Amino acid sequence: MSAQSASAPAPAAAARTVKRLEPAALAGVMSRDVVIFSRYWKATTFSSIVQPTIYLLAFGLGFRALVPHVANHPYVQFVATGVVATAVLFSSAFPGMFNTFVRWQFQRTYDAMLAAPVDVEELITAEVLWISARAGVYGMAPLLVGIAFGLQPVPGMLLVPFIGFLTGFGFASFGVAIAAVAKTIDNFNYVTSAVLTPLFLVAGTFFPISTLPAGAQAIAQINPLYHCNQLVRDASFGALGPADLYHLAVLVAFALLMWRLAISQLGKRLID
Amino acid sequence: MSLDGNEPLSPGRWAMSVPAISMHGVVKRFGSITAVDGLDLEVPSGVCFGLLGPNGAGKSTTMRMLTAQALADSGEISVLGFELPRESKQARMEMGVVPQLDNLDVELTCRQILTVFARLYRVPGDERTTAVDRALALANLVPRADTIVKELSGGMRRRLLVARGLIHRPRLVLLDEPTVGLDPQVRQELWSLIDGLRASGVTVLMSTHYIEEAERLADVVAVMSAGRIVALGKPAELVRDHAGEEVLEVYGPPAKLAEASELASREGWQSRRSGPALAIMRAESLDGRAPDGLRRPANLEDAFVALTGEEIE
Repeated sequence: MSAQSASAPAPAAAARTVKRLEPAALAGVMSRDVVIFSRYWKATTFSSIVQPTIYLLAFGLGFRALVPHVANHPYVQFVATGVVATAVLFSSAFPGMFNTFVRWQFQRTYDAMLAAPVDVEELITAEVLWISARAGVYGMAPLLVGIAFGLQPVPGMLLVPFIGFLTGFGFASFGVAIAAVAKTIDNFNYVTSAVLTPLFLVAGTFFPISTLPAGAQAIAQINPLYHCNQLVRDASFGALGPADLYHLAVLVAFALLMWRLAISQLGKRLID
Repeated sequence: MSLDGNEPLSPGRWAMSVPAISMHGVVKRFGSITAVDGLDLEVPSGVCFGLLGPNGAGKSTTMRMLTAQALADSGEISVLGFELPRESKQARMEMGVVPQLDNLDVELTCRQILTVFARLYRVPGDERTTAVDRALALANLVPRADTIVKELSGGMRRRLLVARGLIHRPRLVLLDEPTVGLDPQVRQELWSLIDGLRASGVTVLMSTHYIEEAERLADVVAVMSAGRIVALGKPAELVRDHAGEEVLEVYGPPAKLAEASELASREGWQSRRSGPALAIMRAESLDGRAPDGLRRPANLEDAFVALTGEEIE
């Protein structure tokens, strides 16, 4: 142990005014995510891109002969735009659940960070922002595959990462809230089977919800993935209209609600 | 670490007037368990303050309340002049924490971890590299700067934890059982590091259940038991006040010890079993009635047991 004088305290800093959600705190938390990502980006990217692409190819190519067109679009293109929401769901809800649980319970990373000048709200917001930014980017993958299958690139597609980000923000927060109440990591299986799988099947991804019974259609209306799908399709097919403001509003409401829920649920458990 | 000179107050703003930590009537319950039970504690600036107590005395809970990671049910807490929990973030800006449980990111290198925490502690961008290098040097980890934590020894990990808590040159450092589970040589290294901190003017609050650690490092020791402070003073004062000057250790077969124990209680001498021996306190005042035994100077362990009624390892 050397250089004792080097440990002398810094002169008292000016009494800082601290605010909620300080950018410096968010950047600090995210800088850790970036370092981790730089180590694991291959595996993360592989799973986030390959899985939806397989869905896309299996359904898109498999049903192409049976269902040539849906809503005036070639079926492959209908599915390519739909699987964007699936990619966003997978790359946001799962990291929201698993990363949170592991960092909080197993690695105690959150405990370490909260001893620094970082509040629970900043910690969770930064983690969710990072996951949703990634989800927005990964959501582009199916679209690129779709373009390879003849989907016409249009300027509206540039909105898709932002739609993915917004949807991902909600689902990442949802995952954090689930991690906060889960007793063990195995509990996530219930959520995957009972919540996430039905959500992604009743979202108009592989078939339009108009083909569903009235009850299921009603459920789709409260499914954020359905609204994500509608926005992505309208943006990708150059068909944005006033109805999309409604879809956008639902996604914003979902994101805000889940964000606050994640903070209150995990906050209760991080602070004794 | 802003040195922009906008602060009209001198660097020693709190040094003379405001204690580094003050806790009054602090209570913390977990369900039906009262972990901290009306705690009063004042830690003056610039000292190494030892919080000594057996496991379960409430030391770690006390530490967590100082970073607002546990919220008191009642009582008042202020740290570096900031009122908790309302101003806890300001307090955390100028305080470093070394936790008892290793919570390092095992996948990251020493340098990466320190860089992340330099950001979290708001070390300005142009000073970050210097701060990381300084912390690495302080913890003797320069040759391991780019090694991932998983590959470090237990002692190195603990030193990295210390370096992480010092990255922003805090005025106050909380050390929760800093050497628990470490081998003697590593413990010595950490002790010199802590001693160096105190020498450079940092206030240190250290919880420990190692008597020797408190005795050798702490300027002031508070003995904690069942959630409150039962005695406070310089280690030598505590020994004198609660165990006297000398202790008589009586060795022998169980029957002889039982006999000596009986004699002690009959005479009203303070005594306890200490390993294979019976230790009788205040041997200097036993006159000629004492049984045969070995006299030794009283130590902090004697005082500790006298105060808490609890043996420690």
